[in-house]
Amino acid sequence: MEVGFPTIKSRKLTIVNHIPISKTLKFWEGLKEGKIYTTKCKKCGTIFFPPAGDCSKCYSSDMEWIELSNEAEIETFTHILVRPATFQHYEPYTVAIGRLKEGVKVLAWLTGAKLSEIKVGMKVKLVAKVTPEGEPTYEFQPI
Amino acid sequence: MRKVAVIGVGNSKFGNRQDVNVTELAFEAVKPALEDAGLIPKDIEFVAVGSAGAGAWYEEALPAVIAAEYCGLTGAGLVRCEAACASGSAAVFTVYSAIASGQIDIGMALGLEKMREVDTLTVVELIGRAGYYLWEFHNFGMTFPAYYAMHATAHMAKYGTTEEDLALVAVKNHKYAALNPVAHFQKEITVDEALSSYPIAWPLKLYDCCPVTDGAAAVILASEEKVKELKIDTPVWIEGIGASSGTGNLSKRDSYVGLKSAVIAAQKAYKMAGVGPEDIEVATVHDCFTIAEILAYEDLGFCKKGEGPKLIREGQTEIGGKIPVNVDGGLKAKGHPIGATGCSMIYELTKQLREEAEKRQRQVPLKKYIALAHNVGGTGHYCYVTILRR
Repeated sequence: MEVGFPTIKSRKLTIVNHIPISKTLKFWEGLKEGKIYTTKCKKCGTIFFPPAGDCSKCYSSDMEWIELSNEAEIETFTHILVRPATFQHYEPYTVAIGRLKEGVKVLAWLTGAKLSEIKVGMKVKLVAKVTPEGEPTYEFQPI
Repeated sequence: MRKVAVIGVGNSKFGNRQDVNVTELAFEAVKPALEDAGLIPKDIEFVAVGSAGAGAWYEEALPAVIAAEYCGLTGAGLVRCEAACASGSAAVFTVYSAIASGQIDIGMALGLEKMREVDTLTVVELIGRAGYYLWEFHNFGMTFPAYYAMHATAHMAKYGTTEEDLALVAVKNHKYAALNPVAHFQKEITVDEALSSYPIAWPLKLYDCCPVTDGAAAVILASEEKVKELKIDTPVWIEGIGASSGTGNLSKRDSYVGLKSAVIAAQKAYKMAGVGPEDIEVATVHDCFTIAEILAYEDLGFCKKGEGPKLIREGQTEIGGKIPVNVDGGLKAKGHPIGATGCSMIYELTKQLREEAEKRQRQVPLKKYIALAHNVGGTGHYCYVTILRR
């Protein structure tokens, strides 16, 4: 990309991965219904977020789906101005990590709040949604 | 376990190196390392290459193979190590282990990265994907500045750390880079310039971030028997190496005011070396972002938790202070060619311990001759701490 030095261009290659979601399908389907599900190990009781089909604690694969509460408290956050190549069509966005009352934490966009209003310790709600492009996702919103 | 020493080091000029391809860049580190050790390529029994972006931000998918070919090292045992930004240290760890175990007597760790063949936003994308693509990038577009910005936000909220504290790290590291012939940046900056630079991921600004850099560094290690046989004047011994790791999902971390993997890796390295933080006389720490240097002070025990900002405010991490840190300019200003950084840290500390630092103003006064390298991969996804003694 630098000018000034002679270079040759590599051949252009577009890569799109097809990421399996069979084991977490209920999570992705739930987002479309406005619900946030995750998994809990039936053997040791550990709750996972992100949802997992296998328990990394006791190695059981006997998991059950639970619906998460939507109350969260912000542990930390940032506001991303320099965005990755595939995020150029978005305005700068805020990303936060919130702790849910179940004890698990979630990383997601925080929308609808000015940067100057966001504080560590702030209470927010976690909301499932579908993007304008039709992709299921979830975000924090001010209460 | 056998004793292992650093017997040769080489470091290419860091910077925008579009004048060379990845193999030619490797040669610039391998040649001086071999000359430094007084060896020829066929003396090297095993080569571990640290490189993170193979086939992504540069075109070659098997850099170990082609770098070895270009440098006449073909035939040696060969592997590429990936530990993100700690890939170079993973290569050092691999060669160290092979020698300590008795498998080989002489090996080379070669750190290598060619990052400026693609545009900056593509680099931001590729590094952002290297956290947990599915859960933190796909929908949320996390970037590496953003991961460290989250640590800065948390540290500021808990300990009152300020944006000016972060700027002081940048100013210090630029000051030393301006005295380091291999550094990417060769100019000093002021606190005001740092504070008024463009925001990248709030609260981090341009001057809080390391540049996108091309570079290579090579480290040759040998067993104690070989050190004697080759009559090496000033071997630098690897006294301790500790490695640890953290979760890919940042959401699964206990806290954001430190890197647990760094604390654990440091504990292991200190224990193995039989020394403590008070014994360290010079350190290179992983300041990919200014907040990362402050976290490192605390995680390595150079100060108590939350007192990192005080160390930088008091100038305790400059030459003449309690513990000089990143007097080569650090990742922040020397540059951070991802896979090369771990080997470049060993290059710098070896030069310091031999009292050969260039320029001379950068030489740290030594009594115990003990140094520490702290190399983090990702945001504490990996961590290697290496303790050296002359």
